[in-house]
Amino acid sequence: MNNGEQRRLNGEAEEDEEEDDANNGGLAAWERAYADERSWESLQEDESGLLQPIDNQSLKHAQYRRRLRAASTARIQKGLIRYVYIVIDLSKAAAEMDFRPSRMGVVAKHVEAFIIEFFYQNPLSQVGLVTIKDGVAHCLTDLGGSPNSHVKALMGKLECSGDSSLQNALDLVHGYLEQIPSYGHREVLILYSALSTCDPGDIMETIQKCKKSKIRCSVIGLSAEIFICKHLCQETGGLYYIALDEPHLKELILEHAPPPPAIAEFAIANLIKMGFPQRAAEGSVAICSCHKEAKVGGGYTCPRCKARVCDLPTECRICGLTLISSPHLARSYHHLFPIVPFDEVSPSLLIDQQNKFPRACFGCQQSLLNPGNKPSLRVACPKCKQHFCLDCDIYIHDSLHNCPGCESASHSKIPNANKG
Amino acid sequence: MASAPSKLYADDVSLLMVLLDTNPFFWSSSSLPFSVFLSHVLTFLNSILLLNQLNQVVVIATGYNSCSYIYDSSTSTNQGSDNGRMPARCVNLLQKLEEFVIEDEQLIKEGLREGIASSLLSGSLSMALCYIQRVFRSGPLHPQPRILCLQGSSDGPEQYVAIMNAIFSAQRSVVPIDSCYMGSSNSAFLQQASYITGGVYLKPQQPNGLFQYLSTVFATDLHSRAFLQLPKSLGVDFRASCFCHKKTIDMGYICSVCLSIFCKHHKKCSTCGSVFGQAQSDVNSTSNKKRKTPET
Repeated sequence: MNNGEQRRLNGEAEEDEEEDDANNGGLAAWERAYADERSWESLQEDESGLLQPIDNQSLKHAQYRRRLRAASTARIQKGLIRYVYIVIDLSKAAAEMDFRPSRMGVVAKHVEAFIIEFFYQNPLSQVGLVTIKDGVAHCLTDLGGSPNSHVKALMGKLECSGDSSLQNALDLVHGYLEQIPSYGHREVLILYSALSTCDPGDIMETIQKCKKSKIRCSVIGLSAEIFICKHLCQETGGLYYIALDEPHLKELILEHAPPPPAIAEFAIANLIKMGFPQRAAEGSVAICSCHKEAKVGGGYTCPRCKARVCDLPTECRICGLTLISSPHLARSYHHLFPIVPFDEVSPSLLIDQQNKFPRACFGCQQSLLNPGNKPSLRVACPKCKQHFCLDCDIYIHDSLHNCPGCESASHSKIPNANKG
Repeated sequence: MASAPSKLYADDVSLLMVLLDTNPFFWSSSSLPFSVFLSHVLTFLNSILLLNQLNQVVVIATGYNSCSYIYDSSTSTNQGSDNGRMPARCVNLLQKLEEFVIEDEQLIKEGLREGIASSLLSGSLSMALCYIQRVFRSGPLHPQPRILCLQGSSDGPEQYVAIMNAIFSAQRSVVPIDSCYMGSSNSAFLQQASYITGGVYLKPQQPNGLFQYLSTVFATDLHSRAFLQLPKSLGVDFRASCFCHKKTIDMGYICSVCLSIFCKHHKKCSTCGSVFGQAQSDVNSTSNKKRKTPET
């Protein structure tokens, strides 16, 4: 947190100056350029004390590999059906300008990105939004599966005032999450700007209540570490982090998009009845049950009650059946069948057996030779032994979830019962 | 002169990734001989390269046992054994293709898979997407990529998850997957791929006129497509099939842990082994409760 403290100090210094000269933001334009870009952070000292630009490429890749290893050691079972409430602190602390333009604006921007990413990765899950303002928690949107309605509601309600109350927010969310079915994973993600909480009662009781209801609470702080937040996360099994700057905040929020490892006692395994509606014929006219408007063509028909809905996945408004299509299920399968992390090919081996190794990345055909015909860093799939460049490595594990080498060799096919 | 490079890569410059099915089991039984098919395709590839001098074509062979890059117009030089009868481009491609087919055949001898003789579409799709990512990485100025699957053999059910992963990745990076299916019945995988990524799915009625289909439907760049009346999908079946009987169902039970699909209520999940509590009544009551709350 050393870095964070430093930033805090900077922030305070800026605030002091702001008081002196509120019109100019306290800094001359040239000063602000330095303060915003923080160009000194991209330098590091080498052994002889010379300043060197940080090698971003290899650093980024090392970081990425650490993350990948951490993920792959986690249990395979994932909580795929999640009910997440995002709590946004809109107390007056959210108006602070240490994030530009304000904490509130930055949080809103990244929550929007998070919601879209969340539904991409968890098509069967639901999100709700809660805001804290004037010491009171408000429910902005109910749990739902449509990203657009959440984003619209959030953007329309961006103003802040008063104090923040962690207890009120937890009580409200607890009340809502009590009602969801037992197979769902209950989660709360709190984006907390304030440095205090102004509660009507004993917050420790509320935390115990959340723990008992198996609600996983995670907090991302925008100021400094607060004991009560840390305690809450420890008790309920969530994550607590403080954002150092905007990219870090983004990273922390998006970390919550992939499904967390399933904890057996947190959600009871269950069979859920679901419908696979067929797309209605083009040109047919029907009144959809979600917007209550007559629409021509498109839409899906609930197989149980024959009501018309516009979009999938959703819950039928008439009979309550969960309606999905098979690609929605397939979208989650990569969480269940993850591909193994690739091994780095050691540089010594590369120099010894340079001629035996492939010269180009198996995936993208990029040359794996540096200028001067020296072999560059590369990774190899432990199963098919094909070599890949670092960029392909990241793409394959982050987005594609297939190893091109294993997929283009028939013998590596593992017989798998789980095929649609 | 700053505007010159952006002019070079106008929105009508395309990168066409062609996935060529070379499955010997399909082509030996096909009504259209492979040689005729190949001559149609080669003419088509030539015409793509002639449409715009910046157009790029990459061909990946989808074999029965392996996949491989066989042609890349950005790296191949047009010199070589231009014997006057055929352009060097085709000579290079055919040479690589021949090597690939021979190698693929040797792999068949090592181990013949049982069941349907499907090609490794998932492998070539994944390779094509990796290549496209490399083009995206090369900078803000790059040709518009698209994938064209020239597929003949039927779907391999064991590739389902891999192909769906590739489709979603393509959808995410806005790469349309076009498909021209030469087999007898429709390919559900390719129909879904084209539907989800916004590409065109076509099953030529008369395979002998393949070149006409290719040049009228698949030759235009993505920008010009908006002005054309391209074949519309006749509806894709998104119903799922259950894991227990492989029946297509429109209502079923999903395991909350691994999302396996069953047509009947089971006590235990056959895929992940989770034991189910009695659920149904409980689920219904909660969903009813939830719907009673006022909707916003």
